[in-house]
Amino acid sequence: MKAKDIAALLDEPACAHNDKEKSGCARLKPGATAGGCSFDGAQIALLPISDVAHVVHGPIACSGSSWDNRGARASGRALYRIGMTTDLTEQDVIMGRGEKRLFHAIGQAIGTYAPAAVFVYNTCVPALIGDDLEAVCKAAEARFGTRVVPIDAAGFYGTKNLGNRIAGEAMVKHVIGTREPAPAVSPDGGRVHDIALVGEFNIAGELWHMLPLFDELGLRVLGTLSGDSRFAEVQGMHRAEALMMVCSKAMINVARKLEETWGVPWFEGSFYGGADVSRALRGFARVIGDPDLAERAERVIAREEAKLETDLAPWRARLAGKRALLYTGGVKSWSVVAALQGLGMEVVATGTRKSTLDDKARIRDLMGDDATMIEDGNPRKMLDLCAERGVDILIAGGRNMYTALKARLPFLHINQEREYAYAGYPGMVELARQIALTIESPIWPAVRRPAPWHARGGPAR
Amino acid sequence: MTGIVKRNKALSVSPLKSSQTVGAALAFLGLARCLPMLHGSQGCTAFGKVFFVNHFREPIPLQTTAMDQIGAVMGGDDNVVEGLRTICESHDPEIVGLPTTGLTEAEGAHVTRLVAEFRARHPEYDHVVVVPVATPDFKGCLETGFAAAVAALLETVLPKAPARRVGHRPRQVNVLASAGLTPGDIDEVKDLIEAFGLRLVVVPDLSDSLDGHLPDFDYSPLTLGGTPLDEVRTLGDAAATLVIGASMARPADLLAARTGVPDHRFDHLMTLDAVDRLVSILADIAERPVPARVERQRTRLQDAMLDAHFALGFARVAVAADPDLLCGFAHLLVSMGAEVVAAVSPVNAPVFARCPLASVKIGDLEDLESLASGTDADLVIGNSHAVASAERLDRPILRAGFPQHDWLGGFARCWIGYRGIRQGLFDLANLRQSREPGHIAPYRSVFATEDPDVPGTPSQGARRPH
Repeated sequence: MKAKDIAALLDEPACAHNDKEKSGCARLKPGATAGGCSFDGAQIALLPISDVAHVVHGPIACSGSSWDNRGARASGRALYRIGMTTDLTEQDVIMGRGEKRLFHAIGQAIGTYAPAAVFVYNTCVPALIGDDLEAVCKAAEARFGTRVVPIDAAGFYGTKNLGNRIAGEAMVKHVIGTREPAPAVSPDGGRVHDIALVGEFNIAGELWHMLPLFDELGLRVLGTLSGDSRFAEVQGMHRAEALMMVCSKAMINVARKLEETWGVPWFEGSFYGGADVSRALRGFARVIGDPDLAERAERVIAREEAKLETDLAPWRARLAGKRALLYTGGVKSWSVVAALQGLGMEVVATGTRKSTLDDKARIRDLMGDDATMIEDGNPRKMLDLCAERGVDILIAGGRNMYTALKARLPFLHINQEREYAYAGYPGMVELARQIALTIESPIWPAVRRPAPWHARGGPAR
Repeated sequence: MTGIVKRNKALSVSPLKSSQTVGAALAFLGLARCLPMLHGSQGCTAFGKVFFVNHFREPIPLQTTAMDQIGAVMGGDDNVVEGLRTICESHDPEIVGLPTTGLTEAEGAHVTRLVAEFRARHPEYDHVVVVPVATPDFKGCLETGFAAAVAALLETVLPKAPARRVGHRPRQVNVLASAGLTPGDIDEVKDLIEAFGLRLVVVPDLSDSLDGHLPDFDYSPLTLGGTPLDEVRTLGDAAATLVIGASMARPADLLAARTGVPDHRFDHLMTLDAVDRLVSILADIAERPVPARVERQRTRLQDAMLDAHFALGFARVAVAADPDLLCGFAHLLVSMGAEVVAAVSPVNAPVFARCPLASVKIGDLEDLESLASGTDADLVIGNSHAVASAERLDRPILRAGFPQHDWLGGFARCWIGYRGIRQGLFDLANLRQSREPGHIAPYRSVFATEDPDVPGTPSQGARRPH
C-alpha cells in the first residue's frame, strides 16, 4: 500500500479524532506501545464473514499465534475457524517465491474448501519484499473462478484502527455493491425495510439477541460488517435504507462511502444497555422515516423495557452502590457507563484512549463534569486508582484481566475475546449476572488473606 | 530410521507452527526481572502477548520496537535504541531480551550492532544486560527460537575465556530446559535433583515465573520470577549440566565450550529408561544412594505401566507437536506397546533420527487429520487447535504443547519423571478406554423372532439403536 493511500485513510473526514493537532492517529513509541497492528485490525474486522477463506500471506507469526482465538460466532459454516496461511519460508523470501506460493495457496483453498470468496491479507514481510498482492489476486480470480479480494494491511502500516479502515476500504472497493440482494419476502405480508450493521462482530453470539427484534419489526439485516455475515450479504449491503455504526468508529469510512456512493443514510449507536438498545431501534425508525415502523418500535421497546426492569430488579438490589472502573474503547466508554449506572452502580472512572471529543462529552453528561477519564492504560496507574477509589470491579479487555486478578480485584471481560453476550436487552441481564458472579465470589477474602503464620499484614489491594 | 515427509502444499491449513520469535520471548520470560522487546511491528508483540496470556492465564510482560512504515523502509535502528532506552528508564529491568522478527530480518537489521550503539549512546544503562537474538519467523518454530534465545543469553552473559572453575560448587547441577518442558515439568526435575541434596540452577526457569502463582505484590512490569542473572553467572562453577530436550544442543554446546562443565543430554524424560538414567547420574554426582521416596515413585510407575498396558497396547495414536515433545511422546507410546500412526511436526529436527517413528510429516493439523483418518487412529495428542481436528476425526484428544487456551492448568501439567509419566499413562489409558474397547457391532440372528427386551413383540433385529 502506498504512503499516500495510508495518509488518505488516516485523514478520515467523518472521524472526530481527525482534528488539526494529530491527523488520524499518533506515532508509536518504541518500548512503550500496546495494541495490535494493521494486519490484526483488518483481520478482526473481516474474519467473522463466515463462508470466506481467510488466507494470511506471510511467514508464520501473523497467523500462527492468532488463528481461531476470537469469540465471534457463526450460524452456518464457520470457515474462519480454520487458519490458513502461506507460511512463507526463508527460501520463499530470498528467492522471491512468495507470489507463486500465494497463487497456488489460493487455488488450494478454493479446491479444498469451496469458499464463497477468498480474502488475502498482506503482512509485513511480503509487503517489504514487494509481493504484488493485487496482481496475484486478480490472476487467481481469473484462473480459479472464485472472487479473490486483496486486503493490503501489513502490520507496519500502522495501528489496529488503521487496519479496520483498510478492511472497510477493501469491502467498499471490491465487495459491497457487486450483487443485488433478493427482494424481501415477509412471512406476515408486512412491510420490510432493509438495514445494515457495521462494527458488529457477533461476539459470543450477541447479535442473536438483536435479530429477533429486527425480525419482529420487519427490519431485514441485508448484511453486517461482519458478525455472522456471508460474502453474498456483504455484497448487497449498499441497498440498505439505514446503516448503523455499532459501538465503534473504526470502520466509519465504510458508512461515509456508502452514503456518498449509494446514498445510504447512517447513524451511530450501541447495543449495550437497555436505553441504548431502545435508542438504536428508534434510530432505525427515524432514519428510515416510516411512522408505522416508529409506532411498532415504541410498542416493542415498551414491552422489552418492562421485561428488562423485572429481570434486572433482583440484580440491581445486589449491585447497587458497587463501584466500577471501566477501561474500554470508543463508544463503549460511555455506552457501558450508562448500562452500569442503570444497574445502580457507580462508575468512578472510564478509559478514553480511543474516545472522541463527542464520546467525552457524553461521558461528562453521564458522570458529571469532574468525571475521571483514563487516557493511558498503564496498569500501575489503573490499579492505584482502583485502590484510591475503593473500586469493587475492573471492567476491561482481556489483556488487563490478569493484571486485575494478580491484584486480587474482581474483573469483567468486556472486549472482543469474551465469552458472554452483553448486547441487547437479554445481554444487559447477562452483564449484571457476570458482574455479580465475580464481585460476590467467596474467593476474594481467601485470596487476600495472608497466611496465618505471617504476622504482618497482607498484600496491598 | 525415521523418514521425513516434506511440506508439499502451498497453503498451510490449521497451522501447527508457532513462530521462533514467540519461542525466544518465552525463553526470556523464564528469567528474573526481565522484559522481552520484540524488534518488529507492534502486532508481533500484541499477538505474542495474547498467545501467552491465554495459555498461561498470567499477565505477560512483552514490549515492541513498534516498527512503522518509515522504520520498515528506512531501517529501524532508532526504534531499537529508543525502545531500549525507554524500557531501561521506565522499568529498570535486570535484563532485556531482544528477539527479531521476519520483518526486521528481511530488512537486514543487525541487532548486535544496535545493542553496541545503545551502549555507546546510553552508558548510564550499562548495568542492564541486553540479549539480542535473530529469530525470524520464516525459519524454525517456537522450540528453535527458544533454544536460540538461551544460546544468545549464554553467549552474552558468560565470559568468552573464563578461568576454569568446574566443580567449584561441587553440589550444583545446571539444567538447560527446552521449550518442551512445562513449569510443572521443571518442578519435577527440581524435586528429583533436590531429593539428592543437590542445588540446581535451571535456565530458563519457567517454574519460577509462569507457574501461575499469586505474588505478594500486585503488579510488576517485569517477569514475576525466573532464573536470576547472578545464578546464570554461576553456571561455570557447577559439577555437571543436565540438558533436557534435543533442541537445546546449541546452547548446551556453547555452555560446555565456555565453561568446561561436563554435561548429560536427554532427548526427553518421558520413559522409565530415560528417568532411570537421570536418577543414576544424580546418584553419581551426589554420591548418595537413591532416596527411598524416589524408589517408591519408580515402583508406582512400573505398577501403572502394568495397569495401563492393556488399554495402550496396540493403541493407534496421532501426535502433532514441536520436535522435542513429539519425540518424547513417541518414546513413551512405543514403550507401552502403542503405535504412533501419524506424527506431524512443524519443522524437521535432527532428533527424529533417534525416534521410534516410521515417518514424520512436516506440516500442519490438516495433515494430521488426513494421516489420522487414513490410519484409523484411536486418539490424538496435540495443542488446543488440535481439539477441532479431533472433533472432526471423532476421536478423544490429550492436550499437550502450545497453545492451550481452552484448558485450565494445561500450561502446568507435568509429563516427565516417574510421577509425570504415571499420570500421563493414566490419562492416555482412560481416553483410549473411553472409545468402547473391543467394540463389535451388535448382531441379531435372522431367525430371532422376538425382541429379547420386550417379550411378545416383533424383533427390531440389528436395526435397534444401540
